[in-house]
Amino acid sequence: MQLLEKHKNIIDFTLSSLWRRKGKNISLIVVYTFIIFLVASVMFFTHSIRKEAALVLRDAPEMMVQRLVAGRHELIPVRYMDEIGKIRGVQSVKPRLWGYYYDPANGANYTLVVKDELKDSVGSVRVGSGVARSLLISENAAIPFKTHDGAYLVLKVKSIIPSESELVSADLVLISEGDFRRIFAIPDGYATDLTLNVRNSKELTTIAAKITQIFPDTRPILRDEILRTYDAVFNWRGGLVIVVLSCAFFAFIILAWDKATGLSAEEKREIGILKAIGWETSDVLQMKFWEGVVVSLSSFLLGVLLAYLHVFFASSALFESALKGWSVLYPEFRLTPFIQAYHIATLFFLTVVPYTVSTIVPSWRAATIEPDSVMRA
Amino acid sequence: MIEVDNIRKVFNMGKPNEFVAIEGVSLSIEARKATALKGPSGSGKTTLLSILGCMSRPTSGRITLLDREITSLPERFLTDIRRGTFGFIFQQFNLLKGITALENVMVPAYPSGEKHSALKERAMSLLSLFNMAGKADSKVEWLSGGEAQRVAIARALINNPSTIIADEPTAHLDTKLSGELMGIMRALKEDGKTILIASHDPMVYESDVIDRVVEMRDGKVTHA
Repeated sequence: MQLLEKHKNIIDFTLSSLWRRKGKNISLIVVYTFIIFLVASVMFFTHSIRKEAALVLRDAPEMMVQRLVAGRHELIPVRYMDEIGKIRGVQSVKPRLWGYYYDPANGANYTLVVKDELKDSVGSVRVGSGVARSLLISENAAIPFKTHDGAYLVLKVKSIIPSESELVSADLVLISEGDFRRIFAIPDGYATDLTLNVRNSKELTTIAAKITQIFPDTRPILRDEILRTYDAVFNWRGGLVIVVLSCAFFAFIILAWDKATGLSAEEKREIGILKAIGWETSDVLQMKFWEGVVVSLSSFLLGVLLAYLHVFFASSALFESALKGWSVLYPEFRLTPFIQAYHIATLFFLTVVPYTVSTIVPSWRAATIEPDSVMRA
Repeated sequence: MIEVDNIRKVFNMGKPNEFVAIEGVSLSIEARKATALKGPSGSGKTTLLSILGCMSRPTSGRITLLDREITSLPERFLTDIRRGTFGFIFQQFNLLKGITALENVMVPAYPSGEKHSALKERAMSLLSLFNMAGKADSKVEWLSGGEAQRVAIARALINNPSTIIADEPTAHLDTKLSGELMGIMRALKEDGKTILIASHDPMVYESDVIDRVVEMRDGKVTHA
C-alpha cells in the first residue's frame, strides 16, 4: 500500500513536472502521436482490407479456367466445359462472361458482368454505386454503351447495387448476355472464362493439373492464389508507405533522443534539489521512468485511437490513394475493424519501451549527483 | 546527538586541483540545542554542515548519529536517515519553480509513501504555522523573500525531523526578516528541535538563540 502511495505521489509530481515544461512536452507528444497514427493507420488498413478481401472471396468459385494465347488471356470455347465436367472431383462447371468497358467521358473503367438474373431484362443493367456516382445517374437513367462497331447501345438502369457490397461492386455493371455480346462482339459458344466448384478442395491442384493436360492452352487459377496476390499487393503497398514514413520515424527518434539525453540546466538543478531534500537516486529514476511512460503511452494510445478512427470511420482519407491504387472509381465503404493484437503489441514495444528507456538512461548520471552539490550552487 | 571524529574531506582527490576542505575536525553536537558554525567564506562551514547532515561522506573519519555509526552506510539507508532526521534550509532556498508553495512543502515526503491527502493536510498546517496558508496555492516565483523563506522552513519540517540545518539562512534577507528567522529558530528549539546554522552573519551567531558557536578557519575548528 505504501509502495502504491509512493508511486502515486511520484506520478503526481511527474505530471506537474511535465506540465511545467508544457511547450516542449506537448510538441513532443504531438509529433510522437502523429508518427504512431501514421504507422498504425497503415497497419490497420492493410490488415483490414486483406481480411475484407478474404471474406469477399469466400463466395468466389474455387477455380477459374482461362484460355491463353501467346501468353495473353483469350476467350474460351464453351465446349471445353464438356471435358472438364468429366474430370473426377469436379462438381460443376459454368461459363462466365465479363469484361472491362472504358468510358472516355469520365476516364473510368467499368467491369461488365453477365448475370442470369438479367437474362429476361435485355436492355437493362444494374450498376454499382461508384458508377452511379461518377455518371451522376439514378434508377431508370439511360447509359449509352459504345459497341464494337461504333454504334451506341443505350441501356436503362434497373437498379443501383447496394453499398454494403461496395468493395466489390463499386465499378460493377450487371448486364444481360445478349447486350454483353452485342457490345463486345463475343460470338456464341465463347465465354470469358469458366468457373468450377469441386467436391474436395484438397483435389484442386490435381484437377488443375488434369485440366492443363487436357487443354494445354488453359490456365486454371485457384481462389487461394488470388487471396495470396491480394496479401502480397497490400503488404507491398503497406510496406512502401511505411518505408516512406520511416524517414519521419527516424526524425522523431532523433528528436526524442535529443530531448531525453539533453537534460536542461533547470532539470539538473531540480534533480539536485530533490536529492538534497531527501529523494534517493531510485526515486529520481522512478520519476524519469514515469515521465517517459506518460509521454510515450499517451502518444501511443492517442495515436492508435486516431488511427482507428481514421481507418474505420474516415476511410483512410490521408493515404487511401497509395494503398488502394490508382482509379477513378474508388469504392466508398467502411472497413470492418480487423485488428491484430500482435500488431499493436509490436508497435508498443517498438515505440513506448525505447522511448521510456531513452528517458531513464541519460538521467542516471544526473540522478547520482551528490546532494551536497546543491548546497554549493 | 551527532559525533564527528577526526573527519577529513578532500575534493578532487589525486587531481591537480585537489582541495582539502576539512581537516581533522572532531565535534559533538548536542540535541535540542542551537549550534552556529562561524567563519569566513571558504572556512569549511558548508562542507561540515553537509557532512553532519549526511548529504556527503567524509574522505576519512567517523560520524555517529544517536550512537549509531553512519559513515559507511549505503546511500539508500543514508537517504532514509537524512529524510527522517534532518530538515534543510538552503542559502538560496532552492524551492522548485513552477509549482505552488504547498507542493514545494510536500515534495520531500513523496518517497515516504504517505497518503497524499494526509500529507497535504500536514503541509497546510505547517504553512498555517508560518502564516502562509493564504499563499499555499501561489507559485513560488510570486512569493517575496520572506515568504519564500517561510515556505523553505515549512518544507524542512514536513518530515518532522529532529534536527534543522540551515546554511547561511540570512544571506538574502534584510534585518527585519533575519530577526523573524531567528524568532522561528527560537520557537523550533523550544519545540525540541536541534538547530545547526552555518553563518558569518553576526545577527545569527550573536543571537541569544544560539547556545554554542563553533569557529572555523581554513577547514579546521579553531574554537568550539
